[in-house]
Amino acid sequence: MTINPNLLADLQQMWKYEFMQHAFEAGTIVAVIAGITGYFVVLRRSAFTAHAFSEIGFAGAAGAVLWGIPPIVGLLLGSTIGGLTIAALGRRAANRDTQIGIVLAFALGLGLLFISLYAGYATEAYSILFGEILGISTGAVLLTLVAGAAVLMVVGVLYRPLLFASLDEDVAEAKGMPMLLIGTAFLLVVAVAVSFAVQVTGVLLIFSLMVTPAATAQYLSRRPQRAMMISVGIALMATWAGLFVGYYTPYPVSFFITGIAFGLYLLVRGLQLVIKPHRLSGLPVAS
Amino acid sequence: MIGPKTAAVQSNLIAAENLAAGYREKTVWRGGNFAFGRGEFIAVIGPNGAGKTTLFRVLLGLQQPISGSIRIFDAPPKRGNPRIGYVPQRHMIDSETNVECLELVRLGLSGKQWGFNPFSHKERDAALAALEAVGATELAHRPLGVLSGGELQRIFLAEALVSSPDILLLDEPLSNLDLRRETDLLHLINDVVRSRGVTALLIAHNINPLLPHLDKVMYMANGRIATGKPSEVLRSESLTALYGVQVEVLRDPHGNVAIIGVEEHHGDMA
Repeated sequence: MTINPNLLADLQQMWKYEFMQHAFEAGTIVAVIAGITGYFVVLRRSAFTAHAFSEIGFAGAAGAVLWGIPPIVGLLLGSTIGGLTIAALGRRAANRDTQIGIVLAFALGLGLLFISLYAGYATEAYSILFGEILGISTGAVLLTLVAGAAVLMVVGVLYRPLLFASLDEDVAEAKGMPMLLIGTAFLLVVAVAVSFAVQVTGVLLIFSLMVTPAATAQYLSRRPQRAMMISVGIALMATWAGLFVGYYTPYPVSFFITGIAFGLYLLVRGLQLVIKPHRLSGLPVAS
Repeated sequence: MIGPKTAAVQSNLIAAENLAAGYREKTVWRGGNFAFGRGEFIAVIGPNGAGKTTLFRVLLGLQQPISGSIRIFDAPPKRGNPRIGYVPQRHMIDSETNVECLELVRLGLSGKQWGFNPFSHKERDAALAALEAVGATELAHRPLGVLSGGELQRIFLAEALVSSPDILLLDEPLSNLDLRRETDLLHLINDVVRSRGVTALLIAHNINPLLPHLDKVMYMANGRIATGKPSEVLRSESLTALYGVQVEVLRDPHGNVAIIGVEEHHGDMA
């Protein structure tokens, strides 16, 4: 084992601060649930829906700030209402880009109004939009843990029907599977995962944990369970490294998380082009 | 003692009397009288919109008939019957779907079960056996997104076969295939039907490549269904009598048929 003594010392020094401990704890939980739910988000091509949840959540969070409620409550309310609405609109609604776009534009506008009505305008808006991982309280970490456990449990129960419905909706439906239930449960799981991921990355950078790691992982494994592990691994790597670098530089943690996730994506795609340059579709190297 | 007639009734996996189907505002077809036994290979042909897929939806229990009776395994159709394998009409799987074929075939067996699956060897073996049955063993670990139309149809067939169904419903499996792949897939389906004693209904646009394999044909057009042996159904007199308009069934020296007079041509003369 060759651990750089400086690195170890650096970590020790960083973890002396409670806010850094909380950041690592919440960041780790969020990376796990975002990596796993993100796999299904990417498989079902629901990335835009996930983004919409975070922006509807923004309106909720801004409203919560205005009325003196914890922002996470507003985020959860906003995104779950968004999830239930899209689920109620029907099974193919998650792919209705135009309607979702119209709603999310209005939600952002509403959030802007709430934020401007609130005295602490700039700071609050900034932290909801771009994340505030260094300001997570003990209570928020516990709440994130509970939500994370719930998300993992629901995904665990849904796993096979959800995977089947994602890959082959018509046959799954003909087999009498409760598609509306599966779709609704999944959207709610995504809504919860998004709400908590917003603490780390903010509303606008939500893709860096919900989409980029899973998309990268899908290039690395054709087996869903393995791809999910890889997706979690990438999300963890981006979060931990982002926190570490963010701590020792004056720049925002969210930027580093986004940057590292994007860098890994580019690396994987680049390696594929080098290994199999003839395959322009860019699909898979490993199995 | 069971008389021959009773025995015949009992051996019917699918039986319909005066069946009519469609939607609330429109009956698509009526007067459906047919009975299919174990191991029969039946082609369902007819113009677009004739109600071929509607028939499948009724058999799958996804749609209630408007009137008449339909029985499958001597019971009304029920949604999610594990004894029916189904390959829906569809285009392609998204080309970016990087999930191996084996996974989809396994889900054909266990996709309905809740919970996470610790990798089950029984499931895996069943899925591999289904892939072998359709000659797609080498596709097991290939991603779904890169398969050709013919390869994909084999995977869908394996997905339907993995639960060892008694009835197979195949909705236009031959569309978008070139002539050689069409012939290959048809031979494969025929082999499966014969070796497993599966009753297969196959929707197609062109009857001719199917003729050498078929036991029966259902010809749907103008809200009516003609069912029987191809040699009985595909005759000018019988179709004219059924539809009440002049229908011509033309045959070329190779035995290919073309049906003229019912909305659109069915079958290409080679």
